[in-house]
Amino acid sequence: MIPLDRILMSSLLLFSVTAVNAADGQKIFSQGGQNPAAMACLGCHGVDGKGMAAAGFPRLAGLPAAYLSKQLHDFRSGSRKNPIMEPLAKALSDEEIQAVTSTLAAMPSEPVADTRRQQMAADSTQKLALYGDWSRQIPGCVQCHGPGGVGVGEHFPPLAHQPAAYLVAQLNAWRDGSRSNDPNQLMVGVAKAMNDEEIKAVADYFAGAASQEVKP
Amino acid sequence: MKPLMFAALALALGSAHAAPIAMEDQSQLKVPAAGSASGFVPPAESELPDNAFGKMVREGHALFVDTKRLMPDKVGNGLNCSNCHLDQGRLGNSAPLWGAYPMYPAYRKKNDKVNTFAERIQGCFQFSMNGTPPAADSAQMTALSVYAYWLASKAPIGVETPGRGYPEVAQPAQGYDFKRGEQVYQQQCAICHGAEGQGQKVAQDYVMPPLWGKDSYNWGAGMHRINTAASFIKYNMPLGKPGSLSDQQAWDVAAFINRHERPQDPRLVEGSIEKTRVKYHANDGVNLYGQKVEGVLIGKGVL
Repeated sequence: MIPLDRILMSSLLLFSVTAVNAADGQKIFSQGGQNPAAMACLGCHGVDGKGMAAAGFPRLAGLPAAYLSKQLHDFRSGSRKNPIMEPLAKALSDEEIQAVTSTLAAMPSEPVADTRRQQMAADSTQKLALYGDWSRQIPGCVQCHGPGGVGVGEHFPPLAHQPAAYLVAQLNAWRDGSRSNDPNQLMVGVAKAMNDEEIKAVADYFAGAASQEVKP
Repeated sequence: MKPLMFAALALALGSAHAAPIAMEDQSQLKVPAAGSASGFVPPAESELPDNAFGKMVREGHALFVDTKRLMPDKVGNGLNCSNCHLDQGRLGNSAPLWGAYPMYPAYRKKNDKVNTFAERIQGCFQFSMNGTPPAADSAQMTALSVYAYWLASKAPIGVETPGRGYPEVAQPAQGYDFKRGEQVYQQQCAICHGAEGQGQKVAQDYVMPPLWGKDSYNWGAGMHRINTAASFIKYNMPLGKPGSLSDQQAWDVAAFINRHERPQDPRLVEGSIEKTRVKYHANDGVNLYGQKVEGVLIGKGVL
């Protein structure tokens, strides 16, 4: 017969061991990491992780864990710059990054309209979004980011339901070189070929989740 | 019905060409010299008339860019026309429709007859789409032809317009190398097409096309030739960064891609890869069908 206190002791030990080994993603999201400098995500990205449009803080909910993890590591290394996120990412442990990105990836996001490259473009913004401008080597956004900007795999994040101000800021960051963490430099060329008006227009298009598209 | 037709065709070809049985390049039409800027500008969407003709153009456009979903019984793999003909069939040096339409009817050694434009499109469905060609007088074929005709508006007939086809990239002095090709692939291509060439999907539909395996072009498609794939890659890939690979890299990566198995050549002769190689591949550009690469026979096909 094993005494009760020993069972309690061992289960407590077991619990604390698990807690150390597996950081709690939900807790990091809502309360922050072990290091106080690793602030809670929800403060800026919203209680539902869907971002804050007015401030241009991006949606994180439903983004691929591998993409989010890469961004946090890139904030640490400086290949992606942001005065808030750089120190924050440095304050997170690798394990905490893994935990919180898994939690974020599993959070529900708004459905994206099942839009297709099917209709001819009705205006210049739709043309850029769906088909691009090949006279300037700009592929259509959805050719890599998927139908309606839903996102494809771990390298091509969703554009749909991202705040327009965030999308504009990222395109401008590629233009001025303050963001350079795109694999194979696929975005930098595209962003540099676009002008201010076009950047604002496609950002608005995807912030509205391309829902205005019509079926043929 | 279909096997019978193939058999009859094979018989006819066999008897007509007892001596030179090897097939030459896919198209007997010449491709304009590389580097010549494509001078032709197809009409803009806004110029499309709002009438029955305009409606048919739109239908053809939809089939062209969303082929797999709209023609599931005709497309046997995961591809759309626009995967090989970029920018909706508009882009110069990407086998644009405005460059193809005015060149037909034309003789093709591939099937040893004068082909109408509809028959040329049927070839795409049989090989590049690994599927069942729509009938020449079907509504879908009409829509696709009307779309091509419209893009070719004001293009001269029977003239080699610069930008037609994929410009030839001469085989480098060093030939090609699978190992170097694999490196190029993993560094430049895998991010979209996947480490195993499997492409990437959203839900059931491919966003980035598979380059080998059951959902890619078959062993009879023009793209199975290393020289053709090298030309396409050099002038069109990676998407948005054309011309960024050297000729050598384009050939190396084309060879790496086209050493992988894909659906069988639908013209398979008596179930024999060797007979099919001799008849259709022995003199068809640079290709690996029916050859051994590192001890492995290429061309077994995948289902």
